[in-house]
Amino acid sequence: MTEVQVSEEVAEYTEVHRHPEPKSFIWKYIFSVDHKVIGIQYLMLAVAAVFVGMFLSLLVRLRLVWPEESIPLLGQLFPIGAPDGVMTPEFYLAMLTMHGTIMVFMVLTTAPQGGFGNYFLPIQIGAADMAFPRLNMLSFWSTFVSFMLLLAAFFVEGGAPWSGWTGYPPLSAVPEATVQGFGQDLWVASIAVFCIASLLGALNFIVTTLDLRAKGLTMFRMPLTCWTWFVTAILGLLAFGVLLAAGVLLLMDRNVGTSFFVPGGLVISDKQIDHSGGSPILWQHLFWFFGHPEVYIAILPGMGVTSHILSTFARKTVFGYKAMVYAVLAIGFLGFVVWGHHMFVSGMSPYSAFVFSILTMCIGVPSAIKTFNWIGTMWGGKIRFTSPMLFSIGFVSLFVTGGISGIFLGQPTIDLFFHDTYFVVAHFHLIMGVAAIFGMFAGLIFWFPKMFGRMMDERLNKIHFWMTFVGVYAIFGPMHYLGMMPHPRRYAEITSVDYLEAMGAADLHLFITAAAILTILAQFLFLFNLIKSIFKGKECRDPNPWEATTLEWTISSPPPHDNFAGKVPHVYRGAYDFSLPGTKRDFAMQCNNDEAVFGSRPASSGD
Amino acid sequence: MSEGHAAMAAEPTWQGGGTPLAVGHKKLGMWLFIVSDTLTFSALLVAYSFVRAANDWPTPFHFYPSIVFSTVMTLVLLTSSLTMVYAVSAAHHGARRKAVKWLWWTALCGLTFVVLHGYEWFHLMHDEGMYPWTNPYGTPGFGATFFTITGLHMFHVITGVAYLGIIAVRYRRGRYLPEDVEVAGLYWHFVDLVWMFVFPMIYLLSTSVD
Ligand code: HEM
Ligand SMILES: [Cu+2]
Repeated sequence: MTEVQVSEEVAEYTEVHRHPEPKSFIWKYIFSVDHKVIGIQYLMLAVAAVFVGMFLSLLVRLRLVWPEESIPLLGQLFPIGAPDGVMTPEFYLAMLTMHGTIMVFMVLTTAPQGGFGNYFLPIQIGAADMAFPRLNMLSFWSTFVSFMLLLAAFFVEGGAPWSGWTGYPPLSAVPEATVQGFGQDLWVASIAVFCIASLLGALNFIVTTLDLRAKGLTMFRMPLTCWTWFVTAILGLLAFGVLLAAGVLLLMDRNVGTSFFVPGGLVISDKQIDHSGGSPILWQHLFWFFGHPEVYIAILPGMGVTSHILSTFARKTVFGYKAMVYAVLAIGFLGFVVWGHHMFVSGMSPYSAFVFSILTMCIGVPSAIKTFNWIGTMWGGKIRFTSPMLFSIGFVSLFVTGGISGIFLGQPTIDLFFHDTYFVVAHFHLIMGVAAIFGMFAGLIFWFPKMFGRMMDERLNKIHFWMTFVGVYAIFGPMHYLGMMPHPRRYAEITSVDYLEAMGAADLHLFITAAAILTILAQFLFLFNLIKSIFKGKECRDPNPWEATTLEWTISSPPPHDNFAGKVPHVYRGAYDFSLPGTKRDFAMQCNNDEAVFGSRPASSGD
Repeated sequence: MSEGHAAMAAEPTWQGGGTPLAVGHKKLGMWLFIVSDTLTFSALLVAYSFVRAANDWPTPFHFYPSIVFSTVMTLVLLTSSLTMVYAVSAAHHGARRKAVKWLWWTALCGLTFVVLHGYEWFHLMHDEGMYPWTNPYGTPGFGATFFTITGLHMFHVITGVAYLGIIAVRYRRGRYLPEDVEVAGLYWHFVDLVWMFVFPMIYLLSTSVD
């Protein structure tokens, strides 16, 4: 084992026993138990998934503006879904369903937590690995199996399911309702496996955070990234178990003949369906009890990364660190009691709607606290406008825009109008889709030097940022207006709807599709930069190129197999000690003691 | 407060460099598993309540051959919790052979429960024609919820028996610690506890004692 020099930043450390690196390729890179390798595996899965999902969204956009046009290649790939290359409405729905499912589960749920969390949580808290490394490996490979099951749905007879990413019954529960059968089964199976993988992962994250922190690293000295990974794991632990139950029941409805979600008296194509006594509303309750926490599972890590990066590049401590922590906890808690706001139109007692609405509005309070604290963090700082910083500022912008439309939707009377229109599509894409992805861009560029020992091309990153930032607003901004027409979502074509024609929906759609194509092109620029930088980027020998404070910046890049090579630093202060008065540098790392920071003058800081 | 206590209080447990509340990884992990599994079972019981409220429930239902049989099953499972307590206590006192003996008794009780439950299932299906999708005594929702929920519980018991077997063998060989026995105990008591919700909700609320 190579001897590794302890960084001179580290004032004191604890010796722990070292972990030898596995030798063979398989144990090192495929069935690795190293959280860093697993983190990169998750990231690779997410990158693969995001490009598939993006391709599907392109098909969706093309179908909306050119419903009759033929795409010959598509005709060859999907002779039934797109005969002669012209997409059928059912095929449109299938693409839409798969787009949503892949993006929500395989991208937004895997990369922020399984990817970045796996890689950096143990390092930021001073641990050699996760608490259960083998379980960690199992989580990743189950996620992989789940992804394969989902992709397989494209290729079975009847093709991919059409019931939307929310899998609403009866469409999803009654095979007779759609010509395809097995694709939907694969969809449910994929979700069920995904639930198990996420549960195992969540358990691992919580135990790691509680049990493996370095000496001196109190909970309230943890970087906000760790806090958000921790709270995300708690949400996952509580939410995925319920979705798992719902998935099992749906599978039984489809294959065993039970009727949990299928009401009696259903007639499909003049045929009475042999089911009785179930309720589609039950699925909605179970799904959204998971679904609303899920949207926070997607966004919380992005919030953590944003807080972390804003502070680092504004050279200022996080404004209201504790308020940030309590806001995350409050959002996590409230996230479990608002699921009914997705069901205002499904039929619920006005009293329940009222309660759900009030609770939903309450989430605005911690969300606003976070927003103001982000602004407060930047206020008066010596801001360094690097590309991770730009993406973090972009995150704040998107979070505000998307959050405000959420407040509209949270009111039952207004939601009656907006439900199932493009307004909702705009809301959740800005806040969940794009904001979370901005968090990932920020994190990826920020941590890239640590993961690969090289820098990404900053100029390309900035071009990519501006194209994407303008692009996503050009795509989702007009959708608010479409929603006000009101333009229903999930319709394959609008040419026969005359009021939409009259209001110019077609032109807007054309504009959106053009913006989408440009934005998609910009993503290839990023992919190019990513791959090029991994192999040919400017080498970065400095372990701390951003002058950041947390523990990952004390070790070499990429880090050794057991992170701290058996010498775990002690922690003396909070994670965001920037520009302290009376110091030589404008930052103090967590492992610097007061003597290192202030010379001999004793002072206290941190929590 | 004694001096030992004072020293411990001075070292806050959430400080890092130690595990909070002195709970090790495995035990904490098991607790978390129990929390998430509780939510899975709760979701199923909510589904049960939904289906029950929406249908004409076939009550009183006799089960097979009668509710007395199911009560015996319940007693067997309860007994297994008691033997599990003995196993954990013996392990903590270092009485390895005794602990292993109690572990096997626990596994045996679990197995008996599975056999009795299987008997009940078999007759309900085979003799009386009640399946997840049909029920000669009324709404098929009854069969659906009954088999789904008791099935998932039975799956937990079977897994638990296997788990106890592994623990017993490895603990006897000295590869596992008393703590591992305790963690297995947590799981086993949890599975029992679930039954303590299933039995009243699915059985007792659907039957009459005469
Ligand atoms: C102040 C905060 C928020 C409020 C008040 C709010 C409110 C709502 C409401 C009422 C709906 C249902 C609209 C309908 O279907 O008619 C909705 C949909 C949605 N929201 Fe939010 N939201 C907020 C924040 C967020 C955040 C932070 C995320 C994700 C990170 C998010 C993701 C979603 C998604 C994915 C949907 C649509 C799901 C679907 O129908 O496919 N929301 N929101
Ligand atoms: Cu919601």
